[in-house]
Order: sequence, then structure tokens, then C-alpha cells
Amino acid sequence: MTETLTGAQITVRLLERQGIRIVTGYPGGAILPIYDALGQSTAIRHVLARHEQGAGFIAQGMARATGQPAVCLASSGPGATNLLTAIADAKLDSIPLVAITGQVPRAMIGTDAFQEVDTYGLSIPITKHNFLVSSVEELLTVIPRAFQIAASGRPGPVLIDIPKDVQAQAIEVSEWPAPGQATPAPTAATEAIAAAAAMINAAQRPLLYLGGGVVHSGAARLAVDLAEKANLPTVMTLMALGAMPVDHPLSLGMLGMHGARYTNLALDECDLLIAVGARFDDRATGKVAQFCRHAQIIHIDIDPAELDKIKTAHIGITADVGQALAALLPAVNENARQIWVDRIHALQAEFPFHMPDAEQPLSHFGLIRTVAACLDNEAIIATDVGQHQMWVAQAYPLRRPRQWLTSGGLGTMGFGVPAAIGAALAEPERTVVCFTGDGSILMNIQELVTAAEQNVNLKIVLMNNAVLGLVHQQQTLFYGERLFASQFQAMPDFIMVAKGCGIAAVDLDQAANPCAALMEAIARPGPCLIHASIDAEQKVYPMVPPGAANHEMIGH
Amino acid sequence: MNAIHRNEQQALARAVLEINVNNHPGVMSHVVGLFSRRAYNVEGILCLPLGNGQHSRIWLLVNEDGRLPQMIKQLEKLEDVITVRRHGADHAVFSQLEAFFQA
Repeated sequence: MTETLTGAQITVRLLERQGIRIVTGYPGGAILPIYDALGQSTAIRHVLARHEQGAGFIAQGMARATGQPAVCLASSGPGATNLLTAIADAKLDSIPLVAITGQVPRAMIGTDAFQEVDTYGLSIPITKHNFLVSSVEELLTVIPRAFQIAASGRPGPVLIDIPKDVQAQAIEVSEWPAPGQATPAPTAATEAIAAAAAMINAAQRPLLYLGGGVVHSGAARLAVDLAEKANLPTVMTLMALGAMPVDHPLSLGMLGMHGARYTNLALDECDLLIAVGARFDDRATGKVAQFCRHAQIIHIDIDPAELDKIKTAHIGITADVGQALAALLPAVNENARQIWVDRIHALQAEFPFHMPDAEQPLSHFGLIRTVAACLDNEAIIATDVGQHQMWVAQAYPLRRPRQWLTSGGLGTMGFGVPAAIGAALAEPERTVVCFTGDGSILMNIQELVTAAEQNVNLKIVLMNNAVLGLVHQQQTLFYGERLFASQFQAMPDFIMVAKGCGIAAVDLDQAANPCAALMEAIARPGPCLIHASIDAEQKVYPMVPPGAANHEMIGH
Repeated sequence: MNAIHRNEQQALARAVLEINVNNHPGVMSHVVGLFSRRAYNVEGILCLPLGNGQHSRIWLLVNEDGRLPQMIKQLEKLEDVITVRRHGADHAVFSQLEAFFQA
């Protein structure tokens, strides 16, 4: 059947055919034709954010929780520029996102028209790919292709900039393209797998190093199977937390700047590092020349550009890590590896991770552990960026891939609340907790209104120390205690702010029984802000000082 | 003094990249952006469409640098890049143009 449809209607129809059921965004002049068409859609629900950056992170939260590409919309000019931070964040953490922006009409491009900005040019370095649509016909290829690119290989954000006149122009459509799907990933070369297996079988002190790619690939189970079969002690990057339950006997938790001392010391002793879907980020490696200095390296990644980028691998394998792990598993020998496992246990006993005051619910670790005690593994844990993020990464018993949503590569304050809203929208049956700080929450505080409007099952745990904790910590440790611009002189009453935005709020500082108040707040459906004051003098320890090697950690 | 002729020195220190791309307005930005954002200077650029104009070929003259293998991998990741070939600085494409670049 041939239909006459506008570019806007075609766009919405293609999103429907793509299986998109929720989009988030913020309207404005140059995207109004699409909003008009979207308003007629019965299949797609639009979630109105209160800032385009919030929309970008809501979409990211949906994508991170489900693994499927999610969609955000914004208008031209400031709408598009406000989206950029969320897009850049998605690029660095390899999150599949399709951002659709309105643009001024084609005839006005390049004239400094009202709300005109070079969205295409601005988004080149922060997207996996981007499009400026130059005709309505192009939409039929560009939109499915955008989803294909976002989901294929190493996932990432794709931006589609659509001029307003392209949205408004009508054409006859007789045939619809297939929805864009991930293309098959490269498979590992058999010889490389055999060589890697031989290397693992011969190693005395091997370590498995899991990155976010394990989560993206859905390969967490295979990674744990491999670790168990060959008794490989396992470290995880910030992005991979939960790929192996952090309390698994072989888990050494997070490596790097704020990893446990025994974790980084084990890395320093290993003779073989098996990097799987990890990119040797500087916060993970510390001083690169000293990282795993006695080890040979097997590096498996879906992105060939990651191999040999930071560390030269002895065996580099370009493949979907799930496929590579499945191939590796039968080729690797069972091995008790008793000497190495005993050595790991000795390191853990000698250099344990300290969690001071963990039994006090109003201490930083105590609060995190108490929240964990109120929840099971089905909950989703999001964070903002700062000290609270590192403490949660260190102390929360993450046990499931996609349980953990955090801004790793870009480290974006303001990520937490909107990303958690997105996760709650995508998976409404789960409880979503967002740990945040008094600095981070203010960066996207307006999204509390969105949380109220959508009535999402979101518990925001605000760890308030009235300072920018990581800045305060670095100024204290490395800048002669010259605290500058890191202490807030004025502090909003967050309880009143939350209530003013229409969500429930609980102040644990005022609670007669903080544990009971916390439990009750978490159990009550709907959005809630849980406020707790914490001590500004607490540091994230241990810590690898900037520029130091990982084994040169400070703090206990 | 170890007198190496200027051209010889260039020949040692430079590489020529031959990049086949889709021909549309954003491609050049994508390609050169990879270099500029790494503060990696592009010494020469030449680009013309191929055949029916669907594809173009970009020739880049760049300094040899430890980062060049990574640059080539990044180029290969671009959606609009079809192939990348690396040549030595003695490739004729730029030397034949010297007449157009007399000061």
C-alpha cells in the first residue's frame, strides 16, 4: 500500500518499526513537525525531560539497563548543544544511543538562522557516526542505518540531524526498510584462540581482566565459566562491575585508582593478563609502563583499534568477546592453580580492603551497605560521579551484569538521576537506586520533576558532605590543603527541593531510627529522595596518586 | 654536519595515505578531525571524486609518528571510509604537484 507521508511521519513510523516504545526529549521549533507526528503515535510513549541533557541521560539509562539502542530528541541550536554531554558520555562508555535533532530548514543552513548551530560538525568527534539528512527520501535509509551502527560491533551513539523542511516534506512510501539490527561481529581466528589457550594453560599466575565489553556482549556467564574452569583470579573495570559477582571467590573486585590494595598487588605479580572487552583506561592502569610489568598480555576486543593502543598485546584477538570466550572455554584446561590461588589469599589477608564504620548506617560505607541490605540482586544501582561513586563501586555487592549504571569514561556529574529515571522507565518492575552527591545532584536537579511526573520507582540516596568530595580530597592531599572552590557556602534544603519537585523525601539525619527510615523509604513505591549527611573529611582510599604506578597506592 | 638533503629527510619522516571514501559533504571533516583532535598535523591533502562521483579518494601527506598505526585503525573505523592504504613518502601523488606550490 502506498501512503503519502511527511518526513516527520516517516521518522516516527521507522522508530515504531524499530521496536522503540519510549522516547525521551524536549521539543522546540525546529523539531515540531516530528513532535506533531509523535503525538499521533499510539505505539510510542514520549517522556518529557526538563533539560535536553536530562533527556540524553534518560535515554542512556534505558540503553544501559536493556542493552538496546534508545532514542532521545531535541530541537536545533541550544537543544542540540545541551544534548552533547550525554552523547559524549555514551561514546566513551560505548552505549547505543540514537539522538535525533531538528535543524533549521535547508535553505537557511549557514545563514546564522535563529537557533542554528552546526550540530553535524559539533557531534563528529563524540559520535560513532552522524548524519545530516539532506532529503526526505534519505530518512528511509538513514534511520535504520543509525540503529544498525549504534548496535553493531562496539556500540555507540549516532546522531541524526533533520532539517525542518525535510520533516515537513511529503513523499509517497510504498515499501518500508527492515529495522536496523546489529551486524554479525568478527569471530576470533582459530589459531589465535589456540595460542591464547596454550598461554593460559602454561601460565603460573594468570589474571582475568574484564571490561565493559563483557557486559555489552552478554558474555558475563562465559567469563565466569572461564575463570572457574582455569581458576583465574578476576579483576573488573568500573564498567564491568557485576560481570562476575564481586563476592565470588575468584573476584578481586575493581582494579586501578581506587581498587583494593590486594587487587593492584595481584596485578603487579601476574605473569599473564587476559584482557577481555577492556581498554586499559588510565584510571585502571595507573602508570602504564608499570602496569602488569611481569605479564604477557592476551587482549580480546571487538574493536581492532583498541588492540595495541595502550599496551602491546602478545596475542591480540579482534572478536565479539562472547564468541571468543566460548571458543576459548573448551581449549583451556581445568587447573586448580593452588600456589597462585594461595598467594592471592595471602595478599587478601595481608592487604585487605578496609571499610571503616560499615556498621554505622550514617557513615559513607554504612549507608551503602545498609541500602544493599534492603535490596536483592534484581535492583538497579546507578550513581553520579564523585566520592560516592567510588565508595559504591568499592562497597556495593554488585552481582549481575547491567545491575550497575555509572558514567565511567567521561565521568559526568549529573549523570545519575536522569540515567536512573531511564532505567526505571525501561524496567519498571525493578527498584532503581541512584547514589548521588550534593554536587552531582544539582547538575541535573530539574529531572526530579520528571521523576515525579513519571512516578518512577526510583530511590535517590543523597550522600551530602557539603563539598565537592574528590576535588576536596585532591586539594587536601596534593595541593597543600589549599581548599578552593570545593566547599559550598550555600546549600539548598534538599528535602524541601525534593518535595517542591513533587517527590517524597526522607532525611536520615532527623530519623530516630535511620535504618528503619531507610528501609521504609526503599520499600515504598514511587520516587523518593533519601538524604544523609556524611563526613567531608572522609577520603576514597586506597588511592593511586596521579601519575603513580598502581602498586604505589596511598591510604589503607 | 650530517648533511641530509631536505627531500631525503622528508622522505624518511613522512607517509602518504590513500583513503577511499563515500563522497558527501561531511566526509572530509570526519577524516581530518581524527588528526586535528590529536594535534597530529596533516601536511598535504588532495581529494577528487572517483568514477560516477559516489566515492572519492583522499590523499594525505602526514608525518611519520608512533601514532600512525593507531590513526590508520581509527580511519578504518569511520563509516564513510572504505579502504585505507599506506604508502611511503616517495609516492608520486604529491611530488608531481610541486610545480603548483612554488613560493
